[in-house]
Amino acid sequence: MSVNKEFVKFENVDKSYDGKVLVVKNLQLDIAEGEFITMLGPSGSGKTTCLMMLAGFETPTNGEIYLGGKAISSIPPHKRGIGMVFQNYALFPHMTVYENLAFPLRVRKIPKDEADKKIDKALSMVSLQGFASRMPGQLSGGQQQRVAVARSLVFDPQLVLMDEPLGALDKNLRESMQYEIKHIHESIGVTVVYVTHDQSEALTMSNRIAVFNDGKVQQLSSPDELYEKPVNSFVAEFIGENNTFTGEVSDISEKKCKVKLGNAEIMANPISVKSKGERTKVSLRPERALINPKDKMDNIHNGKIEEVIYHGDHTRVRINLLGNPEFILKIPNSSANLDIKLGNEIKIGWNSEDARALDPK
Amino acid sequence: MSSETKQILTTDGIPLEVSLKKAEKKNKIKAFLLVAPLLFFLIITYVFPIGDMLFRSIDDKMVTQMLPKTFKAMENWDGQELPDEEVFAAFHEDFIKLVEDKREGKLSTQLNYTKNGFKSIIKKLRRASKKFEEGNYKEQIMSVHKRWADVEYWRAIQRRAPEFTGQKYLKGMDMYVNQEGKIVSVEEDRRIHRVLWLRTLEIAFFVTVFCFLMAYPIAHLLATLPMKYSNLLMICVLLPFWTSLLVRTASWMILLQQQGIVNDFFVGIGLVADDNRPEMMYNKTGSYVAMTQILLPFMVLPLYSVMKTISPSLMRAGKSLGGTPFVAFWKVYFPLTIPGIGAGCLLVFILAIGYYITPALVGGASGTLISNQIAFHMKSTLDWSFASAMGLMLLSGVLVIYWLYNKIVGIDNIKLG
Repeated sequence: MSVNKEFVKFENVDKSYDGKVLVVKNLQLDIAEGEFITMLGPSGSGKTTCLMMLAGFETPTNGEIYLGGKAISSIPPHKRGIGMVFQNYALFPHMTVYENLAFPLRVRKIPKDEADKKIDKALSMVSLQGFASRMPGQLSGGQQQRVAVARSLVFDPQLVLMDEPLGALDKNLRESMQYEIKHIHESIGVTVVYVTHDQSEALTMSNRIAVFNDGKVQQLSSPDELYEKPVNSFVAEFIGENNTFTGEVSDISEKKCKVKLGNAEIMANPISVKSKGERTKVSLRPERALINPKDKMDNIHNGKIEEVIYHGDHTRVRINLLGNPEFILKIPNSSANLDIKLGNEIKIGWNSEDARALDPK
Repeated sequence: MSSETKQILTTDGIPLEVSLKKAEKKNKIKAFLLVAPLLFFLIITYVFPIGDMLFRSIDDKMVTQMLPKTFKAMENWDGQELPDEEVFAAFHEDFIKLVEDKREGKLSTQLNYTKNGFKSIIKKLRRASKKFEEGNYKEQIMSVHKRWADVEYWRAIQRRAPEFTGQKYLKGMDMYVNQEGKIVSVEEDRRIHRVLWLRTLEIAFFVTVFCFLMAYPIAHLLATLPMKYSNLLMICVLLPFWTSLLVRTASWMILLQQQGIVNDFFVGIGLVADDNRPEMMYNKTGSYVAMTQILLPFMVLPLYSVMKTISPSLMRAGKSLGGTPFVAFWKVYFPLTIPGIGAGCLLVFILAIGYYITPALVGGASGTLISNQIAFHMKSTLDWSFASAMGLMLLSGVLVIYWLYNKIVGIDNIKLG
């Protein structure tokens, strides 16, 4: 069976609230059936607006959204059949868990015995059997969250939207809920559009991530690609940790370029630079730089250790390197005890392939 | 809990509980002193007047004190036949004393409350009593007027013997104790109080309904509008609140009178003929309109405070789960506003049931309420005990409503802000 690659389609969607500023600019986005896609971005980047337009609570100022091939801009929210999990759960406080879950079934006039089966199934999916008669106020935050998830799935929607659903939970609970939601998605194959500003959440859960900034999708790709191969400096800085060098391209070939920083030169991988003389920001992941490299690397430089922070499983070292005092290194705690002491000079090396020369921004 | 066998001691050997009490005693005294002024104020301005009102409404000592000897003599009388000489003699003695003090008029007024016809025969008795000879008072008094020989009138006097009476309460319900000592209703055409009670309930009920219907959308708007508009709207709601009640009522008189602005407008748009202007004042309509407007903020404010706490995402959730906007409103939003509805309705109903100035000014004859009747007895007839009795009936009516509300909705379910 072929999967519908354009199950949800945003076509040239613009959105403005006040007629002066576009919060979403010419959005093009295709979401495949069964996919778990995350809209990730800082607050005010337009991601929640996109979700609200998809749910039907906001109308696009321009452009059209398609769901399963049908234009939905003129369909009111209650006829779209989209499940939604809200930031603050939005459980009906005057109804029991059972009544909350029964609500979408009742409005669809599903017979009671069938509805009961669906509710049982949904509650067991989030392992909350036996909680049916509780009021939402008697549940913990994590349990309320699960009820909200169960409620959004109980009427078997094809598409579920989640608007920062884990924002109010503490760290441990958030992590376990991430896996739980991921497993539910895998087991029932529903399409999920998930909004968050937490990058680790996005990386853990998604098939694909759309990074939003300034009303635009900066990059849409799988989590590993997003982390390993950011296409611009916003994405590189927003996702994960990042060391940057700002400089000017002094020489460029197909796979390599030379970047001149003040009084040194480094080799980098030209991603968005095309010609000599362009300004660029070189991005390098901390774990791609090695101390005292044994291999032959095309970038080897000396730096001075400014700060050592113990993190349990690894140690973070801040180094003043090539005029950048914020260069971060992560050293696994296994090892071969390198001489990491404050003030020491050490040798640091990386491959030019990992140093991505991006737009200067 | 510490038991005797295992008592926790502080370091200096005093039981923990004792030293805790000691430590808290000071704070308790401070707390009490802080509320004391309010407590005394409440006792003086609320508990005392209501106690006095209660006492006044059942107090009937006046006649008891005017005819002490008569009532003492009547103790042996069975009330079947005319009383014997002993009672007449005692009555004569009391009566002469009253005439000396010029208080027999008061007696006649009081006895006339109990039974009509006393006024004239007491006047006659006063004149005749000057020529009375000593002894055989029964014959002499009975010869003054045939009513003095009627056992009914003596029974009426006897009914005034107790120091306390509930008859004012009966009167408030248009009932009285008849000759046989049974509680019966007064004749149909003399029942004024029952009509007033029913009208008071009716007007209070409909004013509450109108207020609710108008306040709900306003409160919803207030709770959902952006701050800058909602502040303006809030001021619009509260502005009348800050204007004198009398001024507002008077402005309704200007609006509603037959040559008033509203009528002019109706005539202007051709809704009514110029020579057939409807009366919108000095009747129930006037009371409804003015009271609804005046009591509206009391409904808006509790509703608003409750609606403010309802997250807009709940309505969205209702819609996204497939409920039409109406279903989402009715099943999700509305039930959550019930505490505010309860508070608002209770507040408006209780205020409306005791409303006075507005119905007095714009209510006319058919729009006055029980409180106007109370005021009438306070100011015009000076029958304070009756006014007190009706006041207490009103108070207990309010308490009954409160109790019913608590039974049906639950008082914990109320939210005033």
